[in-house]
Amino acid sequence: MNKPFAITLDPGSSLANHTGSWRTLKPVYGDRLPPCNQACPAGENTQGWLYHAESGDYEAAWRVLTQDNPMPAVMGRVCYHPCEGACNRGELDSAVGINSVERFLGDEAIKRGWAFEGQAAASGKTVLVVGAGPSGLSAAYHLAMLGHAVTIKEAGPLPGGMMRFGIPMYRLPREVLDAEVARIAALGVKIEYNAKVANIKEAMTQGGFDAAFLAVGAHIAKRAKIPAGDAARILDAVSVLRSMEGEEKPLLGRKVVVYGGGNTAIDVARTAKRLGATESIIVYRRNREKMPAHDFEVEEALQEGVMIKWLSTITQADGGSITVEKMELDAKGFPQPTGQFETMEADSVVLALGQDVDLSLLDGVPGLEIADGVVKVGANMMTGASGIFAGGDMVPSERTVTVAVGHGKKAARHIDAWLRGSVYEPAAKHEPAPFGRLNTWYYSDAPKTMRPMLDTVRRQSTFDEVQGGLDESTALFEARRCLSCGNCFECDNCYGVCPDNAVVKLGPGQRYRFDYDYCKGCGVCAAECPCGAITMVPEAI
Amino acid sequence: MNQQVKFYQTGTRTVGNRLLAPEQRAIQADIERTNSLNCGHRACQGCGEALGARYAIDAAMRAANNQLIAANATGCLEVFSTPYPETSWQVPWIHSLFGNAAAVATGIAAAMRVKGKPDVRVVAQGGDGGTTDIGFGCLSGMFERNDDVLYICYDNEAYMNTGVQRSSATPGGARTATTMPLGEHPGNPFGQGKSVPLIAMAHEIPYVATATVADLRDLEAKVTKAIGIRGAKYMQVLVPCPLGWGAASQDTIKLARLAKECGLFPVFEAEFGEITGVSKIRSKVPVEEYLRPQRRYAHLFGKTPRAEDIARIQAKADRNIKKFGLLDQGEA
Ligand SMILES: Cc1cc2nc3c(=O)[nH]c(=O)nc-3n(C[C@H](O)[C@H](O)[C@H](O)COP(=O)(O)OP(=O)(O)OC[C@H]3O[C@@H](n4cnc5c(N)ncnc54)[C@H](O)[C@@H]3O)c2cc1C
Ligand SMILES: Cc1ncc(C[n+]2csc(CCOP(=O)(O)OP(=O)(O)O)c2C)c(N)n1
Ligand code: SF4
Ligand SMILES: [Mg+2]
Repeated sequence: MNKPFAITLDPGSSLANHTGSWRTLKPVYGDRLPPCNQACPAGENTQGWLYHAESGDYEAAWRVLTQDNPMPAVMGRVCYHPCEGACNRGELDSAVGINSVERFLGDEAIKRGWAFEGQAAASGKTVLVVGAGPSGLSAAYHLAMLGHAVTIKEAGPLPGGMMRFGIPMYRLPREVLDAEVARIAALGVKIEYNAKVANIKEAMTQGGFDAAFLAVGAHIAKRAKIPAGDAARILDAVSVLRSMEGEEKPLLGRKVVVYGGGNTAIDVARTAKRLGATESIIVYRRNREKMPAHDFEVEEALQEGVMIKWLSTITQADGGSITVEKMELDAKGFPQPTGQFETMEADSVVLALGQDVDLSLLDGVPGLEIADGVVKVGANMMTGASGIFAGGDMVPSERTVTVAVGHGKKAARHIDAWLRGSVYEPAAKHEPAPFGRLNTWYYSDAPKTMRPMLDTVRRQSTFDEVQGGLDESTALFEARRCLSCGNCFECDNCYGVCPDNAVVKLGPGQRYRFDYDYCKGCGVCAAECPCGAITMVPEAI
Repeated sequence: MNQQVKFYQTGTRTVGNRLLAPEQRAIQADIERTNSLNCGHRACQGCGEALGARYAIDAAMRAANNQLIAANATGCLEVFSTPYPETSWQVPWIHSLFGNAAAVATGIAAAMRVKGKPDVRVVAQGGDGGTTDIGFGCLSGMFERNDDVLYICYDNEAYMNTGVQRSSATPGGARTATTMPLGEHPGNPFGQGKSVPLIAMAHEIPYVATATVADLRDLEAKVTKAIGIRGAKYMQVLVPCPLGWGAASQDTIKLARLAKECGLFPVFEAEFGEITGVSKIRSKVPVEEYLRPQRRYAHLFGKTPRAEDIARIQAKADRNIKKFGLLDQGEA
């Protein structure tokens, strides 16, 4: 009251002046879903594990990764990495080499002998898993971690499914696969080999299982009707690749023709080359743009001397030769015959036309819905038969190791809930973190690190692994290329750029807090947050 | 100054970086920073001057071991921080007049010398009006006598506190309350220009530097260096003004960044009249990209765009790029 003329304030600090009342927009922190995480069929928290790899804490990175996927060393070799296709950094220079960092972490874990931790207490429930392919192994891992007793019954003599009997070892060395399977088995998962399940109901009753997860894959080779002479040698791709794992290597001859355009065709052709074929030729009825095989695999095959005959179908096979007809793509992109024929020398023809599922173990199970040769499952991965879940190649979906692993995880979570008499509710998905939300000014310019490749001569004659891994320093570099899309990585920008000191830094690992008493809502923090973790929301006025 | 640590995700581009050692992070990253200009000040939302002042004075406090006195010219910075007798300053701070901050600081420096307190460092600060116009005589005297003061000019390119009147730092073409977008030559006339950094260099004082609020590391390094030098030092810091420039409050740092990246605001340092370092342009942009978001240039982009004026502004940027060597060899 007793103030001098024209003085209205008390002596003191401006802290008395709560400028937060000026605000019409309010900044809020939030975690967003980065495109890599969103694109991962196995539901990996990619950005989350890269965050630990960035600081060189590889074990923490591996532990976050394996919360979703128990086989990073395998994934880092065979996954087709849709994460990299979605990675925001692709719009800046080139995508983060997520797959190569994953492989580094997987290899590091094998080298250092890291084991899974944090297994839940025994639930007293038992689950039968049919098939020790990626989907079955993934389900077994997640179920075991959740405390259930798991038995895997596997028809074959060794684990891995198509990872062993399909994918050639020049892409996936078997000791890597063995190491990652052993780690899952070490959780107490029982794997019975040469134990084909002929009837699922019987197997469940006999073993007293509370639930089952089926992941039998797709192993029956599709055939094409090719008129063939007696002397013609016609094989199928899965059998050829499977016999690569046995004592007796397949006899393909000097001139091998592979029929088909998928990744399997490429793998067989490259295998034939390594077995000593002078000519390994893929015959495919459409052109390169229409080929389902991935570009990089085609590229690698061509480098190794595999040849591809485009726009051709095989019309006749005889001993030592085949007849092909030239095709033409119609307006809709379908191949149409032209009536032009030619003969080619061929000691053998390997059909790589896809695989069907052997569903005989489900004969007589009521309630199942089968369409296009695969078993339908609900959003919870359960088939029409209560307590019988399924995933991987035998259900409708893309056929990849990663999808199979994702199915295994998802099914395990639903099986767990089902066994406990409840329903699994996945956590709500965060809002996406698109490129447009990033302030890319702040990131260092850094092109992608290339993985070393084995020289071509050795690729043509041996089954040594083609693609090398990153060493520690390059893996670290690659991890640090991550933009941490939509998730705070504690760069202190918000804390620094606020003209009103209204951001409180909470210390390492604790991130920040807004002091809404003083925040005027200018939005500078949100604009200058590199990763788009701050959103301005209207104040209720 | 160019980036110190090249990689580590964001290197030294962000304020902090958990991957770097604490001493490699900006002073602003420190939980214990001075916060010389504290919360509760009455600057507009997104004020570049408030930000620039905290950046600079926090760095000066660190460099001076907290032995610092600041003199402040009249202007927004003084008015929004100290409605008498309340203050946002957490450092010893003196206000006298609009045009005499340099002289007041000279007096403080002399007093410290007489009292045998050479550790106490002295800063004078003011807006572009207070510096390049009304305070110019005192400033030149301070330079010529080589008084032991760091003078920091927060350049927002007009007299903002009294309602956006033009100063000798207002760029050609810009609208202010006294250079309205009317007539044949709308906005501020394209004059000769007045670069106080170059004038300061002509005095051959020990240190002259320019900086912006968009490059914190550079600004902090320059203030730290200046505080360590005895004699007269001058810094001019570009501080976008959302109100006076007609820009969105969240664009303050972005505009400062674009001013530098287009070449209109050259960032450099000089010792004893010689340029010793320039911040290179990282990704060159046309001036249009900088001008468009500011309503003070809206008349250039109206129904009949004033291509000639834009070209003149671009020519100014190009001259700067050439004169200061703002592009790396091979880029042009
Ligand atoms: C040549 C080839 C290369 C490939 N390359 C890649 C690649 O690089 N990347 C990629 O992501 N995907 C690749 N794929 C696809 C991928 O391998 C499969 O999508 C994936 O393995 C499917 O996993 P799954 O667990 O469903 O089945 P599978 O891997 O097929 O495993 C099924 C397992 O169940 C067993 N089984 C079957 N029936 C019974 C039964 N009745 N009782 C007990 N056990 C049974 C089988 O013996 C087998 O071990 C490739 C496929 C092939 C054929
Ligand atoms: C001698 C004198 N003339 C005029 C004024 C009124 N006045 C106060 S602040 C100001 C403008 C300040 O402009 P600038 O120095 O550029 O600082 P800004 O407010 O833009 O930060 C003016 C003209 C005054 N205080 N003293
Ligand atoms: S930059 Fe990092 S977080 Fe963003 S998409 Fe790529 S890997 Fe994921
Ligand atoms: Mg001004």
